[in-house]
Amino acid sequence: MKEKVITSNKLSRKFGDFVAVDEVTFEVSKGEIFGFLGANGAGKTTAMRMLCGLLAPSSGSATVAGYDVSTQPEMVKKNIGYMSQKFSMYEDLTVKENFLFYGGVYGLKRKAIIERLSMMLGLLNLSHVMNSLVGSLPLGWKQKLSFSLAMLHQPGIIFLDEPTGGVDPITRRQFWDLIYEAAYDGITIFVTTHYMDEAEYCDRVSIMVDGSIKALDSPENLRKTYNAASMDGVFQELARGTSTK
Amino acid sequence: MKQYLAFVKKEFRHIFRDKRTLLILFGMPVAQVMIFGFALNNEIDNAGVAIYDMSGDYESTLLQNRLNASSYFFIERECESTDCIEESFRQGKARVGIIIPHNFGKDLLTGQKPEIKIVSDASDPNQAQVLTSYATAIILSHVRDRASVVQQAPVVNAIPRMIFNPELKAVYMFVPGVMGFILLLVSAMMTSLTIAREKELGTMELLLVSPLRSWHIIFGKVTPYWLLSFMNAIIVVLLGITVFDMPMNGSVPLLLASCLLFSLTALALGIFISSKANSQMTAMFVSMMGLLLPTILLSGFIFPIENMPIVLRVISNIIPAKWFILIIKGLMIKGSGMSILWKPISILAFITLLFGIAAIKNVKPRLNQ
Amino acid sequence: MKPAISIQNLSKSYKEVEALKSISFEVKQGELFGLIGPDGAGKSTLFRILTTLTLADSGIVRVMDMDVVQDFREIRNRIGYMPGRFSLYQDLTVAENLEFFATIFGTTIEENYDLIRDIYVQLEPFKTRPAGKLSGGMKQKLALCCALIHKPEVLFLDEPTTGVDPVSRKEFWQMLKRLKNEGIAILVSTPYMDEAALCDRIALVQKGEILSIASPDTINEAFHGTLVAMKSHRMYELLTTLRNHPKVASCYAFGEFLNAALMDGDEDWQSLEMDIRHKGFDDLVAYETTAGIENVFMQLLSQAEA
Repeated sequence: MKEKVITSNKLSRKFGDFVAVDEVTFEVSKGEIFGFLGANGAGKTTAMRMLCGLLAPSSGSATVAGYDVSTQPEMVKKNIGYMSQKFSMYEDLTVKENFLFYGGVYGLKRKAIIERLSMMLGLLNLSHVMNSLVGSLPLGWKQKLSFSLAMLHQPGIIFLDEPTGGVDPITRRQFWDLIYEAAYDGITIFVTTHYMDEAEYCDRVSIMVDGSIKALDSPENLRKTYNAASMDGVFQELARGTSTK
Repeated sequence: MKQYLAFVKKEFRHIFRDKRTLLILFGMPVAQVMIFGFALNNEIDNAGVAIYDMSGDYESTLLQNRLNASSYFFIERECESTDCIEESFRQGKARVGIIIPHNFGKDLLTGQKPEIKIVSDASDPNQAQVLTSYATAIILSHVRDRASVVQQAPVVNAIPRMIFNPELKAVYMFVPGVMGFILLLVSAMMTSLTIAREKELGTMELLLVSPLRSWHIIFGKVTPYWLLSFMNAIIVVLLGITVFDMPMNGSVPLLLASCLLFSLTALALGIFISSKANSQMTAMFVSMMGLLLPTILLSGFIFPIENMPIVLRVISNIIPAKWFILIIKGLMIKGSGMSILWKPISILAFITLLFGIAAIKNVKPRLNQ
Repeated sequence: MKPAISIQNLSKSYKEVEALKSISFEVKQGELFGLIGPDGAGKSTLFRILTTLTLADSGIVRVMDMDVVQDFREIRNRIGYMPGRFSLYQDLTVAENLEFFATIFGTTIEENYDLIRDIYVQLEPFKTRPAGKLSGGMKQKLALCCALIHKPEVLFLDEPTTGVDPVSRKEFWQMLKRLKNEGIAILVSTPYMDEAALCDRIALVQKGEILSIASPDTINEAFHGTLVAMKSHRMYELLTTLRNHPKVASCYAFGEFLNAALMDGDEDWQSLEMDIRHKGFDDLVAYETTAGIENVFMQLLSQAEA
């Protein structure tokens, strides 16, 4: 049995009377690509925020990288990388300056940051943008750089919140190449997406409906269980009728 | 017309659903008047006096008593040297020092014109000036009284009288200023903000694509704020009259008309700003730096225009609030009528027309990119 | 019959950036026409020019046979537009938004209720909820209702389904189909390739240029070369192996399979399969497949970039 790096046990969150996340239980193994799907408003973002230590659970518990999200959120944050769907680099700073800033936030040494940045840019074939203003780069490049930024402090787990929205199909795949590579190196990937073909690339997929996880399995098994030709079919089957909420 | 009304209705909904807007609209004017009326008060009230009485006779004691009896001063310290006066200034206990020369009583009664020195702490020059003139006034009037009693000879008597604001109340200055400021804030800043917000949210695109004409959008936006800022002006006037005993000597309809005119000026300015600004941030910044700051500094609201260098005095002429404040002061305090106020009123109307035309010229039926 | 939209040699630049590079195409009346392309391809600029919001630098653009520059007021009366971002008043309720847009178009909800009925019944339970508090899918439905309320002849939808979950997306497209059947011409843009299949015709756009225009059924003809679908349990290793293989021109993930395009002129995919199997991928599944819209787009993209 592989090491579990994320465990969620009846994790719940209420906002007033509204139950956004309802007793969600699951585990993610080290090096796994875990797809976290759900309709708009199904509670994905809330669950993800709790796992990242940004929001305290109302009840239940979860550990990420061995730390409890409600009692040790600071340790959780130190050990994870996070890339939000909103682009999070400063447009008026250069790539290098952005990395130095975020590296500094995580307490990394300047020399170590620059070494790692050069290495990562080399892998992305983007070495030439080191000193370019982020605002001047195409969206696809920014997205890849954001991913590298989330990886800067070498976290064991990365949370990606809709990382590929609006990019062209080639860039989207190049982005997934990065995810595969990271997972191959033993990094755990926790990703949300609205592209159902991307769900197929995950080792396991959970589908959230109305705050709880309705299905959790490998894409292959899910397709079999729900007798669907693709993950899109599975999703339509499970989430039908909930989009009107 | 229906479209215009629908727009106004929508605008009122925005206003009444946003607590922040409501607070700015209604909390702000009240808070402003209170703050300016009570806190930023440069009236003299019981200032400490350090007195160095070298004479120590009956007449000098009388003078001391006279000072002490006024509501403006009290004797904080009796000194034996000039250093002592300086010392009490430094400690912040006294703000005025008075030095009475040797043989004060004798000199006074024999017509020798003794010289009393008034020293003041000029680290706050405005206040020092006011304090000195108050102290001078009290001493002069006392000396005059005493001299005439003793000599029974007619002396020339100059009696200063401050009319229109005999108690030199600062609030008389602030109420018109705050009115100008509030009208500008509500009308110019709020309109420019809401138009910029529509651009930011992308709803402006939808409005432009619809059959709405520019004037629908502009007047629809402006009407609610015009009404609200007018209400605000009334609130400020009422506060001034009830809480601070401002007089209302002039014509009320003329006062209301001037308020309406000035808010129109402000609205024109607001639309002008918003036709240029694409984000709420820019709109805010431009209204702050371009409108509110000059209004506070150059309208005569806080700093008297007469004391400004010539360049600023010239610039102050294009600040609409300057004319508005003139009008309001004339109306409320002096009770002036149209025969006197026609000049500032027509200048204000002219400025309004100018900005209004500029604003309307700048509103385009397309996105500005 | 005059086309609903006709564009000839349209160009538009912002400072140094060429947003649209001399594009031309027509949309027929009653046609559902898709603009497919990533963010920054120039789609939104095109929409703004067509909806008379922005002026083009050059070219002739006509909507319902009216010029977008001269006849902009008349055009505005007869088109519906849903901008890229959610652009309704978040602090107004569903009903208030709809009522407002009905009034400014000089109509009422009742007058054109037929057209929006199917969509509006889904919104009705949330009538009194502020638009900002709706879920992504519901917001888009409300925006569509507002764009339809005056019974437009041409509908412009700029990325109406971006960020919307697959279920809501599907429902949204069903609505578009129905509107098309009412005779409304629809120009819709999307970054989702799977939605393209639902259009009558599609244009693939990238960097201000149209790479290809075709119907979804015939677009695969634009693809050249042999395409093989493969899968194994060790996907990442398979991907890198294929990419490094001399017979393979490009290889990308497509759902559960990898799609490998063979080098130009090479049709012998079976020998590739053998080769890969020999490299230790015992569970390899491989078959020749036909190109989809996304394959075509990606091939056109890499050609355009080369």
